[in-house]
Amino acid sequence: MTMQNIGRPTRPEGAAESTGFTSLTGGRGLLQDEPLIFELGGWTKTGVDLPAASGDAADLAGLTRAGVDLPGLSEPEAVRHYVRLSQKNHAIDLALYPLGSCTMKHNPRLNEKAARLPGFADLHPLAPVATAQGALQLMDRLAHWLKTLTGMPAVALTPKAGAHGELCGLLCIKAAHEAAGQGHRRTVLVPTSAHGTNPATAAFVGYSVQEIAQTEDGRVDLADLEAKLGPDVAAIMVTNPNTCGLFERDVIEIARLTHAAGAYFYCDGANFNAIVGRVRPGDLGVDAMHINLHKTFSTPHGGGGPGAGPVVLSEALAPFAPAPWVVSGPDGLDLVEEAAADAAQAFGRMSAFQGQMGMFVRAYAYMRSHGADGLRQVAEDAVLNANYIKARLSDVMTPAFPDGPCMHEALFDDAWLDGTGITTLDFAKAMIDEGFHPMTMYFPLVVHGAMLIEPTETESKRELDRFCEALRALAATAKLGDVERFKGAPHLAPMRRLDETLAARKPKLVWKRESGGA
Amino acid sequence: MRFTKDHEWVVLEGDVATIGITAHAAEQLGDVVFVETPEPGKVVKAGDAFAVVESVKAASDVYAPISGEVIEGNTVLGDAPETVNADPENGGWFAKVRVSDPSQYDALMDRPAYEAFLATQ
Repeated sequence: MTMQNIGRPTRPEGAAESTGFTSLTGGRGLLQDEPLIFELGGWTKTGVDLPAASGDAADLAGLTRAGVDLPGLSEPEAVRHYVRLSQKNHAIDLALYPLGSCTMKHNPRLNEKAARLPGFADLHPLAPVATAQGALQLMDRLAHWLKTLTGMPAVALTPKAGAHGELCGLLCIKAAHEAAGQGHRRTVLVPTSAHGTNPATAAFVGYSVQEIAQTEDGRVDLADLEAKLGPDVAAIMVTNPNTCGLFERDVIEIARLTHAAGAYFYCDGANFNAIVGRVRPGDLGVDAMHINLHKTFSTPHGGGGPGAGPVVLSEALAPFAPAPWVVSGPDGLDLVEEAAADAAQAFGRMSAFQGQMGMFVRAYAYMRSHGADGLRQVAEDAVLNANYIKARLSDVMTPAFPDGPCMHEALFDDAWLDGTGITTLDFAKAMIDEGFHPMTMYFPLVVHGAMLIEPTETESKRELDRFCEALRALAATAKLGDVERFKGAPHLAPMRRLDETLAARKPKLVWKRESGGA
Repeated sequence: MRFTKDHEWVVLEGDVATIGITAHAAEQLGDVVFVETPEPGKVVKAGDAFAVVESVKAASDVYAPISGEVIEGNTVLGDAPETVNADPENGGWFAKVRVSDPSQYDALMDRPAYEAFLATQ
């Protein structure tokens, strides 16, 4: 079996209950415990005063029934239920959200305002193009910005998220190989530090995946890459900066070796925020790269809604881009929808319609409000903030790659916890008690007990200092042997430590109404 | 009992090999929550992925340490995957294989060699 020696515990070891004050009702001050909406019940009542049904019930062809098994809550009950749930959630609007490899930056309200303009928000995807010229123009300009920022000649806007973009990129690569009589290439090379979506995408397309080893300093091992490149390799998938928060300094050589072997270079653009405006992936020899509009250009995690993962393509892959795309015609802008004529080699489509219009508007608003100089500063400040955290914590925690600066995220391992009896998971849970969302844990897999911190550029020095002070205080406590604080954490969250093993072995996936109901 | 670098163990009795994952592997995986064992009749080659083990934190293929034909999968693991943690090198066996080339067994590591290998990891 393949060993994953990441050291993550999966069931609580600490005391089940914190000592100290507990309320009589189980609530925590004004933060009340909240059951499922179905458990709130009200099965025999309705919270809304509906008029009696009128008209001929026969029109419903016997579809009428008395009970529909919905909880009968009044409006205030329903409102309170959802507001209470929202209070248990953590959001970027509440505090720093330092998830590495997620780019949880502030979401400017201007973008939201633009995305809600009725001309964009209410536009039907099947509206005649003559009535959608404004939307098409926005898509065209967004495409222009993405191509300019990446130095790539083409972009497919339709993929709906990062992994969907990976799929789009690999399908372009597959189509290009088949068109060149190279369809026999069956292998995709992926570094050991890759996002899990990379090998998953390659497998989904039907490729077999081979891992490329990593050097001591966290980069792609060129000798191993060269040894594994061969006539069977279709592509490599490399993230740059990589998931260790490090720039692949040999990226030009990686591209050269890849192309010399007849393979394509897919770049995972999840970490584009670190280099936007500073480095053009096209200049590095990249053939395809997805851009998470919902990270790099705000709306972290899609703002709770959809994401968007457009893919920029090199000259070699551009002819295979999926439809549709925007072109200029005699009557203004138009959409190329069919794989014919100039688009004869398009591999198909990734989306029924034109992609996530709302995300296009948000990303474009973000780009235009920052400007080219502002985007460059985004990357610079993101890297500066990460290095500030690395510098402020390196004397109490152990950086996984101490030599040299990091890019947009600072990566620590758990060597500094050796002998304390405290794990990365315990430490992360204790952060919740201090009012901070944990960083990404146990990823990348190549670093034992990894703690990956990405502050993004939108955090102020004051907030970064608050965060660093909290982590320094926790680290000092851990080294003094206050194990119970960590093993029992979180003490103050609405839910205590969950038993992941029990949840995986005996999952409760659906709610079932108990006989009688409430 | 012999061992692989991929943390499988094998016991050979006559021409039947019993195969599982080592105590070290089970400990590193953490709580095992799912095991898929191979169907009888499946022909496997040494190095083939022939079973799947999943813990809360990782899913992993288990590789056949030795070539042959599967004669039995450990069906107990379907309902009680925790057996792999409780008794990895005995009751938590994954499959029995009728081996085609017993000499492959002798090429595997014995326990001192495996423990020496672990010390280098």
